[in-house]
Amino acid sequence: MSAVGAFLSRGGRHGAMFAARLAPGPRRALGLLAVWFVIAFAGPLLAPHAPGEIVDRDVFAGVSLHHWLGTDYLGRDLGSRLLWGVRYTVLICTLSTLLSCCCGIVLGIAATATSVWVERVLGRLMDGLLSIPSLLFALLVIAAAGESIPALILTMGVIYMPGSYRTSRALALRIARADYVTAALARGEGRAFVILREILPNMTGPLLSDIGLRFVYAVLLLSNLSFLGLGVQPPLVDLGSLVRENVLGLAYGAPAVVVPTLVLALLTVGINLALDGRRP
Amino acid sequence: MTRSLGPLILGRLAASAFSLAFVVVTIFAITAALPGDVADTLLGQSATPEAAASLRHAMALDQPAWLRFWHWAGDMLHADPGRSLLTGRPVAELVGPRLYNSLLLAGATAAVSVPLSLALGLACTMARGTVFDRAATVLMLGTVSVPVFLIATVAVFVFAVQFHLAPALADINAVHSPLQFVRVFLMPVATLSGATTAQMSRMIRACMIDVFSAPWIEMAVLKGVPPVRIVLFHALPNAIGPVVNAIALSLSSLLGGVVVVETVFSYPGMAGLMVDSVAARDVPVVQCCALIFCMVYLALTTLADVVAVASAPRGRDR
Amino acid sequence: MTNLISVRGLRVTGRRADGGDVPIVRDVSLEARQGEVLALVGESGSGKTTIALALMGHARAGCGISGGEIEVAGHRVDRLDAAGLRAFRGRTISYVAQNAGSAFNPALTLHRQVIEPALTHWVLPRREAERRAVELFRAMALPHPETIGARYPHQLSGGQLQRLMAAMALITEPEVVVFDEPTTALDVTTQIEVLEAFRAVLAHRGITGVYVTHDLAVVAQVADRAVVLRHGAVCESDATAMVLERPRTAYARQLVEACHLPVRPARPAAAPADGAAAEPVLTVSDVIVGYGRVDARGLPARRILDGIDLSVPQGRILGIIGESGCGKSTLARTIAGLQPPAAGTLRFRGDILAGGVGHRTPEQRRRLQIVAQNADLVLNPAWTVGAILERVLEFFHGLRGVAARAEALRLLDLVHLPHALFDRRPMELSGGQKQRVNFARALAARPDLVLCDEITAALDPVVAAAILELMSELQATLGLSCVFITHDLHALRAVCDRVAVLLGGHVVEQCEAASLMDGAHHPYTQLLVSSVPEMRAGWLDEVAARRRATTPGPVPPAADGGCPFTPRCGLRVEGVCDRVPPPIINSPDGQRIACHLPPDELPVLPRT
Repeated sequence: MSAVGAFLSRGGRHGAMFAARLAPGPRRALGLLAVWFVIAFAGPLLAPHAPGEIVDRDVFAGVSLHHWLGTDYLGRDLGSRLLWGVRYTVLICTLSTLLSCCCGIVLGIAATATSVWVERVLGRLMDGLLSIPSLLFALLVIAAAGESIPALILTMGVIYMPGSYRTSRALALRIARADYVTAALARGEGRAFVILREILPNMTGPLLSDIGLRFVYAVLLLSNLSFLGLGVQPPLVDLGSLVRENVLGLAYGAPAVVVPTLVLALLTVGINLALDGRRP
Repeated sequence: MTRSLGPLILGRLAASAFSLAFVVVTIFAITAALPGDVADTLLGQSATPEAAASLRHAMALDQPAWLRFWHWAGDMLHADPGRSLLTGRPVAELVGPRLYNSLLLAGATAAVSVPLSLALGLACTMARGTVFDRAATVLMLGTVSVPVFLIATVAVFVFAVQFHLAPALADINAVHSPLQFVRVFLMPVATLSGATTAQMSRMIRACMIDVFSAPWIEMAVLKGVPPVRIVLFHALPNAIGPVVNAIALSLSSLLGGVVVVETVFSYPGMAGLMVDSVAARDVPVVQCCALIFCMVYLALTTLADVVAVASAPRGRDR
Repeated sequence: MTNLISVRGLRVTGRRADGGDVPIVRDVSLEARQGEVLALVGESGSGKTTIALALMGHARAGCGISGGEIEVAGHRVDRLDAAGLRAFRGRTISYVAQNAGSAFNPALTLHRQVIEPALTHWVLPRREAERRAVELFRAMALPHPETIGARYPHQLSGGQLQRLMAAMALITEPEVVVFDEPTTALDVTTQIEVLEAFRAVLAHRGITGVYVTHDLAVVAQVADRAVVLRHGAVCESDATAMVLERPRTAYARQLVEACHLPVRPARPAAAPADGAAAEPVLTVSDVIVGYGRVDARGLPARRILDGIDLSVPQGRILGIIGESGCGKSTLARTIAGLQPPAAGTLRFRGDILAGGVGHRTPEQRRRLQIVAQNADLVLNPAWTVGAILERVLEFFHGLRGVAARAEALRLLDLVHLPHALFDRRPMELSGGQKQRVNFARALAARPDLVLCDEITAALDPVVAAAILELMSELQATLGLSCVFITHDLHALRAVCDRVAVLLGGHVVEQCEAASLMDGAHHPYTQLLVSSVPEMRAGWLDEVAARRRATTPGPVPPAADGGCPFTPRCGLRVEGVCDRVPPPIINSPDGQRIACHLPPDELPVLPRT
């Protein structure tokens, strides 16, 4: 055990390499996410065509030199649309994940660090939120507030907050019971110091895994919504709506439906596999 | 020992009652108190302020929110969810038959996936570390990490497009014989079961492996107890609580799956109705469907909770 | 005479996360004759449990038996297939686990688990098995042998479970029983009963035993032969007496020496040098700590500590000894300000010490430091050793930068750690090193009083001995006052000047550490002291014989308001001890005993 621990932490001894001290799971997931970010930011800049531009009369065209990934149901360049789709999927999900995890982590730590009543009230509220299945919650909000992107981000942020709250509360609670926290308190350290320097650094690894997981959930939810026609609306495009609008191409095995599907699977399965790591 | 069980279960029931209240208030708050109000939606772009005001008055939307909530909750209690804004028909009439269809679909899925997941989860636990376990784990993880519509799309591609085994659309009215029943239900149930089984068996495996790391399992091995007996006699009694909870939690994803699958296969269920109503901003129907879904889910999780509490190994109360 | 157990060239390897192999057991050969008890002795990580499990053909997850021959009672264990192993385990060889509390299935009655081996192996029909189980319960001196099996594991004590586990191991009448540290988790007074039960049954049935332990004193009582292991290899193997009395290898000598801790010489209380009255550093008076309903006077219904009176004189070490559940950790937390008392006062250098740490002055917090039990949990894994020390220096003394670093390095010197550890993180340190860092952190505050809570409990004997030595040394050079909380009488005698014996939240006796082993004492002190195994053969027989003479009668109803030792006391006075709080007998040499017995009737320990 300790030998493995020593092996893991050796790389980060001189402080600079934070990532090296992480477990391999979150480390690989972080790397993978970084790749997707590059695609999300740089992709549309490199796209040969505008996403709405009809470039070919041939719909559901196959792979060709002009259109690397063929065309969609209106004869638009799929490759370009895909790059835009990745951007929207990744960005919307990233923002909503950041929203839910920031709120969840802050509340989770607040619940452990403040009074019992705060914890009870928060716990009840989170339980209440958790008892509404996520897709249903999203449908409700969309019914009321429409499918605007800020509404989607906010909704998904709220939906995945309770999970993040639970994880960070459990983690913080476990670490707060550790003797080094007791020692800091007995020394008379302030609450802020204890939270920021003693508790938080020991939560990063597991929290990163949790954030990764929640990102995958968000991607799944957004894609499902878009597939139902209730997520990202035209002329904007994300991976789910790409599949939806091209689903007729399924009969011909058109790349227009197969490729977005594969990319979506690559995104979610990849991160999940990376996070799952080498667990027995 | 039993004396402490009653209060515990009562506690869970009270927590569920609170959650139910929370759900009711939230559903109302989201659908009725948000800015985009129904009158505007119904009248569309051309609405004059007077027309909107009179419609609001007609729909009692000018009353304060708490009063509207009071009336709404009262109507729901009397099983009167109002009338559809779109068709004017009573919501109960719309939802009734579709609720039955959805329950049929969910029931068929549960009947397939619960035993399958149990078997798969236990098999993986017993064979953990082997190629079978690894392959199954990766497959489950892969299935859990893709959206349900993707599985549905693949199912359509394989069963309907390539092999013509089943129709791509589930025409429930065409069922006149058992064979037709199977043909119609094959794809929706297969899709849903695939997604649910992956989730469920993954969680069951995690619970069982957790139990298997206990020292008393090693003790049983060292007593020469056969593996099957270890699983059934030693591990399962301790795993009932977590496993039941895992099953209940997976049903949440089943609910999400039902929404997508009903839409993909044009299955005439309640989830499909809800999606259409969301698109049409038909708020009373959405409220009613959401409430029913939440109640079913809450009932299941509460049941699982109670079972888990009642079956917890003795010894926590020392 | 042929060997019943014979192992040649055993190798066990573990797989690392990166796929490499690590040898855990290397080329181990050992043998045991029919009816012998073979002890596997070693520190944690020496491979002793791994070898014992290998005898049963078992390797834990991530490990595998990779070579060598294992022969047990005519079976080539290394060549058995899965079915063969199942038939062999529990029938020919059986296992008694270290912690019976977790090795019994919590969801099943003990009875079903105890007779399970007999039914699985078709040794006996159910009825016969049940009868034999009751017989074994009786042989193990378990209470209510007929009905005890109907209970669940959580309803019994650790000592009882350990005996039930032995009964389970014996129900198929195996030829070999493996005992894996079966008494390590028990208190000494319980350990003695369990050891005696084990030994009687083994001898009576002529069973061959393999006894895994780190405690040489236990080895002296139970084993015929001892194999000393280190880093997965055999270090020394001989008859028990030879290993204990004339160890040949340096490591075995070290192990034996660690069991003979030098006793701290008696020192007179520090004379008031500058005329001021020798004021105690810390005074604890009438402290009550508890939980549950609070009565009219603000006192809790369930008390963990009940009327504790103690004081720590300047420059001396007060030892607090007691068994699990006696409230000693709560006392540490109360003094540290982590668990405020419901009643009573704490005084530090004459000033009132607030119950909660938040209400104490920074100066008080600085001057009272804690060294806690588990160094793994007490050092923040995210910080380097240097940062841990520098933070304390900055917090209390405002030291930063070069000054802080220099002082931190000086502290490392003080606890005999190399400067190279400055940039390491706790995960990279050994247990002993962590405990030294833990010490250094406390010393960084330049405290007057150091509270040491079970600082050696998680360490191996050799490492623990070094830590105790360090503690004595630091106390002497820095003139510290200490509270030393422990369950280990050897450790107590090695470092303490004065001793308080804690039982059920009461201090039953206070005396000078030097006089602990002889003279008149509280009956509980006497029981405690005489239960600590000595490293000589025959000790167990002597004690057992003496105990049988003074076994208390049937246990009276639980003491309420009376002496906490009443139910176990052989000298109790019915109607008095269980009702009336015992008076405190003060003797001129500073001894205080809370007992109803007149001083001349108190039990007297023989001088050793």
